[in-house]
Amino acid sequence: MTDTATASPISAADGSNAPYDVARVREDFPILTRLVHERPGRPGKPLVYLDNAASAQKPRAVIEAMTRFLEQDYANVHRGVHFLSQRSTDLYEGTRDKVARFLNAPARETIVFTRNATEAFNLVAQTWGRANLKAGDAVLISEMEHHANIVPWQLLRDQTGIQLKVAPILDDGSLDMDAFAGLLTPEVKLVAVTHGSNVLGTINPVKDIARLAHAKGITVLFDGSQAAVHGPVDVQAIDADFYVMTGHKLYGPTGIGVLYGRKALLDAMPPYQGGGDMISTVSFARTTYREAPYRFEAGTPPIIEGIGLGAAIDYVTALGMDAIQAHEQRLLAYASERLQEIEGLRIIGTAPRKAAILSFTIDGIHPHDIGTLLDRGGVAVRVGRHCAEPLMDRFGVGATARASFGLYNTEAEADALVEAVTACKAFFG
Amino acid sequence: MFDDLRDLYQEVILDHGKNPRNFGRPEAFNRTARGDNPLCGDKIAVYLTLADDGTIRDVHFDGRGCAISQASASLMTDILRGKSTAEAEALFGAFHDMCTKDEDQWTDHGAVDEDAMDKLQVLSGVREFPMRVKCATLAWHTMRAALHGEATTSTENAGF
Ligand SMILES: Cc1ncc(COP(=O)(O)O)c(C=O)c1O
Repeated sequence: MTDTATASPISAADGSNAPYDVARVREDFPILTRLVHERPGRPGKPLVYLDNAASAQKPRAVIEAMTRFLEQDYANVHRGVHFLSQRSTDLYEGTRDKVARFLNAPARETIVFTRNATEAFNLVAQTWGRANLKAGDAVLISEMEHHANIVPWQLLRDQTGIQLKVAPILDDGSLDMDAFAGLLTPEVKLVAVTHGSNVLGTINPVKDIARLAHAKGITVLFDGSQAAVHGPVDVQAIDADFYVMTGHKLYGPTGIGVLYGRKALLDAMPPYQGGGDMISTVSFARTTYREAPYRFEAGTPPIIEGIGLGAAIDYVTALGMDAIQAHEQRLLAYASERLQEIEGLRIIGTAPRKAAILSFTIDGIHPHDIGTLLDRGGVAVRVGRHCAEPLMDRFGVGATARASFGLYNTEAEADALVEAVTACKAFFG
Repeated sequence: MFDDLRDLYQEVILDHGKNPRNFGRPEAFNRTARGDNPLCGDKIAVYLTLADDGTIRDVHFDGRGCAISQASASLMTDILRGKSTAEAEALFGAFHDMCTKDEDQWTDHGAVDEDAMDKLQVLSGVREFPMRVKCATLAWHTMRAALHGEATTSTENAGF
């Protein structure tokens, strides 16, 4: 098998026409050389990591940036007058600038750090939602949402009496745009949909969604947890009001996520949690809060994680999000074609625009068994409901197996997946 | 590629997984419970017919799940027919130990049907697969919930 990924030239971030050298990229990720399931007398299997949609592995640049920071520069941020505190603050706040550039946000103040994507949704629900939505108002989500973009609205519904509406999807896993447009009724005040589905891979037409919603004065929130790692994102071009990201899927550390918010929206939102760092003045009678984004960042933030996220953004930016996207799209086309050759295998999610995520079922074999067998072949995939139970119901499956590709995966790994699936079928014969 | 998985997926398991016994909702039953493993999407229901003296006259199950959970449920229905409630509880305890603990940690669950335990031995392979223990025990937890008159059980809150 030849790896075409190393052969076709695509333009890299530096503007050169250097080919995407996946073999070299792989050298940046220490974990990719390890073997799994080693036992005395039996060599391990090379790791084929295809669970990137759950979380991505970390390049040495991220690991070293965090270590270096801890060894050289660590102190609490925003608090001290001493040398290290200033240094730490500068580096941590530097990541805010990097995130702003990464998303093409208009200003650093529009970037709020959270613990993860999940917290970003909860933040918007509990601050913007509580301040702007009243009983009878509706939040419109879609059938392909992750639980993180469902449950916070249900909590808000229980607190305030808002309604939750759900836009349906088509059989190929695309959003049903006609139905969506029809659901933009006067009581809808927020559209909260995913930019990219973690199960189907579908990339939604967020620009159209924003245009349709804005035409009716509706605020839009996009879940970029998946989309932002598979291709370039420009929050201004798509006209997002809120945009959510999570660091660990972007080759950065766990414990840090991002909420982009339009400045006017953030400035008008009440605080989220109370505590240190988010206040201007505190007396027992009255406390005043700081400006956004700090108003939403109570307590000591994820400083080390912030440094790691900054390094991850530098890393993917140097490779080029366009180049990463082109590489993954080639992998997706190749892997889809090969998987489809397997009899009884059904790919769930075949939208025309999708990221390199392949959910599938095999006739007569439960995904959980597929997962255990593939794992023995060294192939790490996720099996289950993928935090998207309503979506599983929509497709009439209890669960799926999901192979999700990242910037370091190769066609040889897609072959390994196909080989393991084929062997799995033979095993259950 | 999967030679060492034969311990987990023994022929008996593959057979019960493919051709589950006592599958389907029966016409008559007097106890039932649903079991749910949200992590992998397994959902089953167990239907019991209890006699007045607590003897399990009949056991059926339905639902979907992996080969391990289907085989475990199928084996369980075969084994429990004719057992007293106390015997079923004892088997539950002994089977749970077998799936989760080293032999020297097993506790005394009273009189346990040794033939039944021999049959259940084919599932002991899950010991080496912590992520799969819940698959093997789901049916048993659900059966127990039905015995105790609970409507549902979930692997996420039953302390599996
Ligand atoms: C589409 C989508 N949204 C939200 C999330 C939640 O991300 P996190 O668990 O980092 O908060 C995920 C990740 O599982 C996801 O795939």
